[in-house]
Amino acid sequence: MSEQSTMVSNELASPDRPGGGLRGYFGTVGNSAVTLVCLAVFLLVAKAAISWLLVNAVFTGTPEDCKVASGACWPYLADKLRYMLFGIYPFDEQWRPLTATLLFIAAMAVSGIPRLWGRPLIAGWIVLLPLLFLLMAGGVFGLTSVPTSQWGGLPLSFMLTFVGLVLALPLGILLALARLSNLPAIRILAITFIELVRGVPLISILFMASVMLPLFMPEGVTIDKLLRAQVAIILFAAAYIAEIVRAGLQALPRGQTEAAQALGLHYWQYTFLVIIPQALKTVIPPLVSLFIGFFQDTTLVTIVGLLDFLNTVRTALRDPNWQGIAVLEGYLFAAVVYFVFSAMMGAYSRFLEKRFRVGHD
Amino acid sequence: MALFRTARRVAAAALLLGTTVAAAQAASTLETVKARGKLICGVSMGTTGFALADAQGKFAGFDVDVCRAVASAVFGDPNKVDFVMTNINTRFQVLQSGEIDILSRQTTMTYSREASLGIDFGPTVFYDGQGLMVAKSLGINSAKDLEGAAICTLPGTTTAQNLADFFRTTGKKFELVVFENPDENNNAFFSGRCDAVSSDRSDLASIRAGSKSPGDYVILPETISKEPLAPAVRQNDSNWRDIVSWSIWMLMAAEEKGVTQANVDEQVKSADPEIQRMLGGTDDLGPMLGLDKKWGYNVIKQVGNYAEVFDRNLGEKTALGLSRGPNTLWNNGGLLYPPPFR
Repeated sequence: MSEQSTMVSNELASPDRPGGGLRGYFGTVGNSAVTLVCLAVFLLVAKAAISWLLVNAVFTGTPEDCKVASGACWPYLADKLRYMLFGIYPFDEQWRPLTATLLFIAAMAVSGIPRLWGRPLIAGWIVLLPLLFLLMAGGVFGLTSVPTSQWGGLPLSFMLTFVGLVLALPLGILLALARLSNLPAIRILAITFIELVRGVPLISILFMASVMLPLFMPEGVTIDKLLRAQVAIILFAAAYIAEIVRAGLQALPRGQTEAAQALGLHYWQYTFLVIIPQALKTVIPPLVSLFIGFFQDTTLVTIVGLLDFLNTVRTALRDPNWQGIAVLEGYLFAAVVYFVFSAMMGAYSRFLEKRFRVGHD
Repeated sequence: MALFRTARRVAAAALLLGTTVAAAQAASTLETVKARGKLICGVSMGTTGFALADAQGKFAGFDVDVCRAVASAVFGDPNKVDFVMTNINTRFQVLQSGEIDILSRQTTMTYSREASLGIDFGPTVFYDGQGLMVAKSLGINSAKDLEGAAICTLPGTTTAQNLADFFRTTGKKFELVVFENPDENNNAFFSGRCDAVSSDRSDLASIRAGSKSPGDYVILPETISKEPLAPAVRQNDSNWRDIVSWSIWMLMAAEEKGVTQANVDEQVKSADPEIQRMLGGTDDLGPMLGLDKKWGYNVIKQVGNYAEVFDRNLGEKTALGLSRGPNTLWNNGGLLYPPPFR
């Protein structure tokens, strides 16, 4: 980096630096005016928010108490919390989706530690996922059987998103490799699949899976609708992941492949030991964006008659006891939950980027 | 057998999600239901008064009680039923593919649906019709006075079609504002984005119940379409359709005969021969349909008669506050006319 550009960048950065003081906010009359207006707006909004959220809010009571109060109605959330989180999963059995979700989050957290990455972790997941499924579905070990049509809420959103993406990732990597293959047949198949899937919205793929597929099946044979939605999400995500991974592959200098070949590694060896790890590192930010997007898009499964978290929140609003009293509270709760998990994914992405020193520094 | 079942479950677990292969449809629906030990009933994803899960995730509502009546007829137990939520766009396919045994979801019986969708309808359980609701402050008493009104609706070919037909007859203009999501639709109406909202009258009552001040809105007297809501079953299974139909007629006949959930135990000993036949005191009406002799008794004991079902879910004491309207017995000037039990 040359002397001159360092100087310029320092000068540009100066208002943000602690040493710069308040000059950036109150340097000129115009700046002072803008700062004051922004502060005033912020204070007004904060005051209104605090009085709604806390001061005028109802914390314990009945729908009647909420009707007369001008603030938020928190008893509503307390009353409907379990329905919002778990949907119509049998009430007395809801410890099962709770345990499954907590185990799943714990396993995700453990899997996030780069030091533990390796075969044992993959084996752990292969064991864990069927166990979680059995915990939810029951029918063994004395657990009562709960059909997938009764699954709902947050565990369903988690499952559709993360199980979908975990399975879509390898498929997407294979598709990306196939798309860059030297064999025309494989390349054309991969391009056709990717472009076909990317060419239609997720909602129409879910619709096809729920309306068209049963018509092709012999009468009386039905595929579980949750499975149908899950497969649709996996295929859809795989096409997008493939394109992101392909960008990472193409960003790698050709020398990496040549050097690996010169060492005598064959295709699968150099692809999975040299190329893919480097390619994935470069595409962490877009991959995480995709993951966050999918976490929010799973709400489209309402088209096949499944209630994910946002939709359990939405149907909870129709309870006649609370109807018209608490609308904002429900959506606010949903927003907070979505934000917390999306922000965690974003933070983890920044951590990975730092750890692998992606970006140009 | 148990081993086979375990093996299948493990295989399903390996696949992560179960692929259920239902028993081949060669068996009748009644046999399938009995073998399964549970009825599977398709209901809406959440409609106040018709089908809605409470805080405990337990379904209640008018459509739900129709399912419970059939479950009581088949098993003598209103809880032997699993509810499957169906989307309005995919409800018929879910029935055709065998995922559910009955579709009880505020569905209008029409010619083309019965003729071309591979389904059969049972008797009408609720006579509904499309109406219009406006704010009282608009000062309008008849839909004929609406001129150039913006009307909020949900997507659906018939809703818009009926409005177009109606406004052609009045010769007035209107503007359609379509929302995909019911909450957005209702909020648009309450916030004044639309002058009127149009839907089935029962639905309008439900929308009104959801407002901050229900007294500010009025449902206009015109009914611009006929919407007989009826449960549906798969085509060409007469026995199953009979069971659904007569379970519903049992509810109506019980009201007609004054048999209620509370007095059914005394009514079993009634001197009225028809009540005797209905409740299984004399004659073996049940086995003719493959049901228990006491199936009628079970339906009324567990679910109540039509009036009780209506009052509990839709009636004037509920949030919906619907009056019986045409949904009253024929001898009260209504449209409910259960055929005789003999």
